[in-house]
Amino acid sequence: MAGIPHDHYEPKTKGEKWLSSRLPIVGLLYDTIMIPTPKNLNWMWIWGIVLTFCLALQIITGIVLVMHYTPHVDMAFASVEHIMRNVNGGHMIRYLHQNGASLFFIAVYAHIFRGLYYGSYKAPREITWIIGMLIYLLMMGTAFMGYVLPWGQMSFWGATVITGLFGAIPFIGEPIQTLLLGGPAVDNATLNRFFSLHYLFPFLIAGLVIVHIWAFHTTGNNNPTGVEVRRTSKAEAEKDTVSFWPYFVIKDLFALAVLLAVFFAIVGFMPNYLGHPDNYIEANPLSTPAHIVPEWYFLPFYAILRAFTAEVWVVQFASFITGGIIDAKFFGVLAMFGAIIVLALAPWLDTSNVRSGRYRPMLKWWFGILIFDFFALMWLGAMPAEEPYATLSLIASAYWFGYFLIILPLLGIIEKPNAQPTTIEEDFNNKYSKDGGNSDGFYSKPDATPAE
Amino acid sequence: MHLVKSTFVALVAGFFASATFAAGGGGYVEDFDFSFEGPLGTYDQTQLQRGLKVYTEVCSSCHGLKYVPLRTLGDEGGLGYSEEQVRAYAEYYEVYDAELDDYRAAVPSDHFPAVVDAGAPDLSLMAKARAGFHGPYGTGLSQLVNGMGGAEYIASLLTGYTGEEKEEYGSVFYENTAYPGKWIAMAPPLYGEDVDFDDGHANDLYSEAEDVAAFLMWAAEPKMMARKHTGFVGVLFLVVLSILLYLTNKRLWAPIKKGRIST
Repeated sequence: MAGIPHDHYEPKTKGEKWLSSRLPIVGLLYDTIMIPTPKNLNWMWIWGIVLTFCLALQIITGIVLVMHYTPHVDMAFASVEHIMRNVNGGHMIRYLHQNGASLFFIAVYAHIFRGLYYGSYKAPREITWIIGMLIYLLMMGTAFMGYVLPWGQMSFWGATVITGLFGAIPFIGEPIQTLLLGGPAVDNATLNRFFSLHYLFPFLIAGLVIVHIWAFHTTGNNNPTGVEVRRTSKAEAEKDTVSFWPYFVIKDLFALAVLLAVFFAIVGFMPNYLGHPDNYIEANPLSTPAHIVPEWYFLPFYAILRAFTAEVWVVQFASFITGGIIDAKFFGVLAMFGAIIVLALAPWLDTSNVRSGRYRPMLKWWFGILIFDFFALMWLGAMPAEEPYATLSLIASAYWFGYFLIILPLLGIIEKPNAQPTTIEEDFNNKYSKDGGNSDGFYSKPDATPAE
Repeated sequence: MHLVKSTFVALVAGFFASATFAAGGGGYVEDFDFSFEGPLGTYDQTQLQRGLKVYTEVCSSCHGLKYVPLRTLGDEGGLGYSEEQVRAYAEYYEVYDAELDDYRAAVPSDHFPAVVDAGAPDLSLMAKARAGFHGPYGTGLSQLVNGMGGAEYIASLLTGYTGEEKEEYGSVFYENTAYPGKWIAMAPPLYGEDVDFDDGHANDLYSEAEDVAAFLMWAAEPKMMARKHTGFVGVLFLVVLSILLYLTNKRLWAPIKKGRIST
C-alpha cells in the first residue's frame, strides 16, 4: 500500500486482466495480505488477529443464538434455558458466545496497552488509535447490552444501574434515560431495543475494523523499536520488512491456537467461572441482589465511577463552582467517561518525540505502575463500596488520570531517552545474532563490525 | 521483551484474579467430593437416580424444576432411564393442559411442574445460581481451584442445620451454618433415613444431601458431560495444532533470522 515500496499485483492471464480492469478486488486483497510488515514485531503484535477472530466468533455464534432466543421479558430467560437444554449443541454455542466476550476483552486490553507502551498512537497513527477507541466503546456497549439479554438478575439490575448513570446528567439526563429504557424503568421495551442494538453494533464494529486496518496499512505497522521502515527504496524497505503472508499469518495463527486451547479449556471445564451466579436467577424487579457487580471487563471503569463520592474534595469543589449542577453522581459519570477520553487523547498528551517505551527509561516505570493500577482498579471495582476500598479506588483513579494528564506530557520534557537503533534491520539482527542478546537499549551498528 | 512477557503474564493473572464477583458468601461450605468434578469427572448415574428419589419424595412438595424436561431423565450421561421408566415416572406428576383446560398426568415431553404454593424457589438452576466458594479477597482463586461450588453449597446447606430456631414477626427461622446470614426460612428438609434406596445405599443425612445435590447439579447443567467432552477434544486438537504451527513458524522464519534472506 501507500508508503512502503513493494511489489504490487499484476494481472497476468486474460481473465485476471478482465476482472482487474472492472473491479480490482484481487489486487486489493493481494496488497492487503502481502503488505510489508516490520520483521521485528514481537508477541504483543498478535492481538489484532485474535480480535478479528473474536469478532467473527461472536457474530457467528450470535447469529445462531438469535435463531432460538426470544426477546421478551416473560420468555427470554426460559428461551436461554431452551438453548442450553434442547437445541443441538446449544450449550456449547452459548458458552462460546458468553466466554467469547471475555476473550475479546482480554485481547482488546492487551492490544490497547501494547499500543500505549510502544507508542503506536503517535503520529502518523492517530487516526488508527481513534478508530480503535471507537471500536472499544462500541464493544463495551455491545457487551453491556448482550449481558442484559438472558434476563437474569444481574442483567436486569446491571441495566438499571448503568442506564441510571445517564439519568445523572443535568437537565437532559432524564429524557436520555427514558429514551434508552423505552419507558420509566427497565422493562420489555428496554430488552427489545437492547436486543436490536446488540445485533447492530457488531456490524458497525466490523465496518470500523476495516477502516482501522486501512488506516494502519496506510501508515505501515508500528514495531517494538518505533523506528519507521525505510521507504527510500524498495531494496531498503525489504531489509526492514517481510510480507505479512506467510510470515506473520503463520506466527499469528500459532498464537491464536495457543490462546484458543486455553479458551476451550475454560469453555469446556469452567464456563461459568467468569460469570455471576445471580444471572441464573430470572430477573425480578422486586428483589435487588446483595451486590450488583458488572462483568470483569467493566470493573476498572466501574471502580472509577464509584471512587468519586461526595466526601472527595474535588467533587465538593466541582459542586461548589457549578452551583450544584455537578453533583457526586454526575462527577462519577464524568470521571468514568473521562477515563476513556484521556486514553483516546494519548496521541496529543504524549509530548515525547521517542515513540517506543523501550527507549524511555522513565516511562517504563510509570507505564508499569499504570498496568498495576489497571488491575488494582479491576479488583477494587468488585469490592464493596466501603473502606479501605473507597480510598484505594480514589488513589488508583487519580493515578489513571495523572498518568495521562500529567506524567505523559511531562516525561517528554524531562526524560532523557536511550539510544535507538537507526533501522529495524539493525534491531532484528541484534536480536538474532549470536552475540547481540536481547538487551533493550544496547545497540551497536551492525555495519561497524569490530576487527577482532 | 521482559516487559512484554510480564505484561502478558499480568494480563492472564488479572483475568483470573478478576473473576471475583460472587457476592455474599459468609456461610461455611464444605468441599464435598463429587464424581463430576474436574475436567474428566462424570456424573455417577446411580447417585443421580438416588438424588431424583430424594427430590421426588422430599423436595418436590415445595420446590419445582420447571426448566427441566422430564424426557431428559432418559439422557445418556445423566440418569439414563429407559423410555418406559421415564414414562412411568412422568405419570407421577399432574400438569395443567391448556387444550384440555384441565389437569392430566404428565408425559415425557412435559417439564417437571413448577411449584409455587409454598413460595419456595425453583430448583432447576439452583446449583448454578449459588456459588459455594469465594475469594480470597476477591481474587477468584478459590473458585479456580475448587470450582464454583453450587452443588457443595446445596449439600452443605442441607447438612448445616444446627437445630436452633427463632421467631421473628411470626415467621420461624432456622440456624444454618452454610446459609449467608445464618438464619434461613426453610425448615430442615432432611433428617436422615427420609428415603429408602432400592439398592440399599446408605441413607444417612450426609449421603442424602450429597445425592440430591448431585442430582440438582445435573438438573442445572444436564449437558456437562457433552461439554467436557467437547472441551477435551477441543483442547487436544488445539494443542496438536499449536505444536504443528510452532514448528511451521520456526522453520518458516529460520532463514530470515539467520539473515540468509535479506528480503
